[in-house]
Amino acid sequence: MPEAIPPGRSAARRPWLRDAGQVGLPIGALIIMLAIIFWIRPAAFSYFGFTLLFKLATPLVFASLSQMLIIMLGDIDLSNGSFVGLINCVTVLYLQSSPGVAVLIYVATVTAYATFGLVIYLRRLPSIIVTLGMSFIWLGTAVILLPSPGGSAPEWLSGFMSWRPPLAPLPIWIAILSALAGHFVISRSSYGAVLRGAGASPRAVQRADWSLVGIRLATYAAAGLLACLAGLTLTGLTTSGDPNIAPAYTLLGVGAVILGGGSFTGGVVSPIGTVAGALTLSLAGSLLSFLQIPPTWQIGSQGVILFLVLAGRVLISERTV
Amino acid sequence: MNIARMRLVLPPWAYGFVAAFAMWVATTAYSGFVNAGATLSAALAFGAFSVVIGTGQMLVIASGPGNIDLSVASVLTLAAYVSMTAMHEQSGLLLPGLLAALGIGAVAGALNFLAIAALRLPPIIATLAWSFVYQSVAFNLGGEATLKPPGALLWFTVQRVGGVQIIPVAVIVMTVVAMILLRRLVFGRHLLATGQSERAAYLAGVEVGHVRLLAYVLCGTLAALTGFLLSGFTGGAALNMGDTYLTESIAVVVLGGTSVAGGQANAVGIWGAALFFNLMATMLNTFHLEAGVRLLLTGVLILLIVTIITPARTS
Repeated sequence: MPEAIPPGRSAARRPWLRDAGQVGLPIGALIIMLAIIFWIRPAAFSYFGFTLLFKLATPLVFASLSQMLIIMLGDIDLSNGSFVGLINCVTVLYLQSSPGVAVLIYVATVTAYATFGLVIYLRRLPSIIVTLGMSFIWLGTAVILLPSPGGSAPEWLSGFMSWRPPLAPLPIWIAILSALAGHFVISRSSYGAVLRGAGASPRAVQRADWSLVGIRLATYAAAGLLACLAGLTLTGLTTSGDPNIAPAYTLLGVGAVILGGGSFTGGVVSPIGTVAGALTLSLAGSLLSFLQIPPTWQIGSQGVILFLVLAGRVLISERTV
Repeated sequence: MNIARMRLVLPPWAYGFVAAFAMWVATTAYSGFVNAGATLSAALAFGAFSVVIGTGQMLVIASGPGNIDLSVASVLTLAAYVSMTAMHEQSGLLLPGLLAALGIGAVAGALNFLAIAALRLPPIIATLAWSFVYQSVAFNLGGEATLKPPGALLWFTVQRVGGVQIIPVAVIVMTVVAMILLRRLVFGRHLLATGQSERAAYLAGVEVGHVRLLAYVLCGTLAALTGFLLSGFTGGAALNMGDTYLTESIAVVVLGGTSVAGGQANAVGIWGAALFFNLMATMLNTFHLEAGVRLLLTGVLILLIVTIITPARTS
């Protein structure tokens, strides 16, 4: 059977139920994984336990949301991870000593990022290969700035990342707030409908007198800003700089978007699902070490977890169609 | 004006060769004419591996929009480990070793397609998840150690007949076979028809599922063959041996004039792009540039070439 879903199929009888299922899937996976962890180590069910389990989730949440915006437009970004690495290097080099320079570089990189997005659209270039080229440019720039890993994060930044807010640990707050913000902007607002439309049916959006150039420029710039946030929060966690710190974010981010119910056809993404997908993927590592799976099998088990969760998606869509 | 006219003359696949030639001239101009032959033969030898793995990737990419195999690098490494383990450095076991590698590749390709078809996953995600699994299996087989190849494989991969290396010549033959496959054989026609419009191909009686399955199986097999040959050429199977080949396999296909939208493929262009990549690395090394600048220029050159070839393709 061909893997592409025939056009008529997406019109499910109860679309809201299917959408809820798509978003519920990564959340369900998250809850199951947490349940297993707490069953093995009841002591982990505490403020401190949650802090440790989700410690590294925050940058991945932002990187995944950045990737989500690009996938929403029907493109894909293979440069996300090296962009985060570049921001990491810029942050340790300049943010403490000369904040003005650092901010200037952030603005310049986000502008460059948005410009590439515009070029992809105007010249009808394949985004997969343009962003591959971009990834070399970000990595090269990072290596020129910081040839060997080192440097240190500004104290306020690492201080913020280890801040303990009331009720829930910081990564949980950030995840919830960014998921809600994304939900209201992308999934609920009227502008969100236009943005998703720009990916699903660009001609329709153009006919409705929207500027595709403006939409794509703004979306790529927003994606660049989110990737900046990923780089900043990552620096706060690692407290040092390394150009090659985050190449895995590129594909993990794509995985999170798809886990969260997104699709490469453009226009179909869910911010809540994406955030849940990012949390699931970052929790997978902790779960596997709790299950005492030998390190050599951990990467493979992550692949299996990805399959298991996505297999659930097939079950849901078959039930609701 | 000049560029506009050139676009009319040169087909998209030719730009890789033009760029490769420019890199070769630049390198030769810098390091002296005595090295010109050696530079070219090294580029042919290394480029041949990129062409083998790229040809497989091309079949998958041509089979339709969104089709891509992100597991090629892991399959390459896994096949290298499996075949080196099977041969125990004994030259007599060369054939079983080769068959083991090809078998692993075919199975990996079939599993990739199975996940795409049965779970209705986007190929990017399905092949990514499998690549994690293959990587883990390779890690468990070999760990951090480098597994040495048998003497016969070492001998074969560097062998020359009348001053010409065997492997690049064999790979050129493979490219010719791939061209004939795409132009003349039923599978090739069906593959491109499926890539252009899956629904139209299905209605015209093409078994689209079988065609895609075969594309993924061939891709896995060619990735495995690359791993087998590469471990002879570089002196053993190592965990990071496939690292650069994932992005390179995609880049040589697209820069070689194959459309990421599927339904159109170019086997010859892969050679141009592969030579371009290898000669570019040689050139940047010869100029003694620091690592960061090399990476930066690599990115700029990829962007330049893709900008030049794309309008030519759509016009």
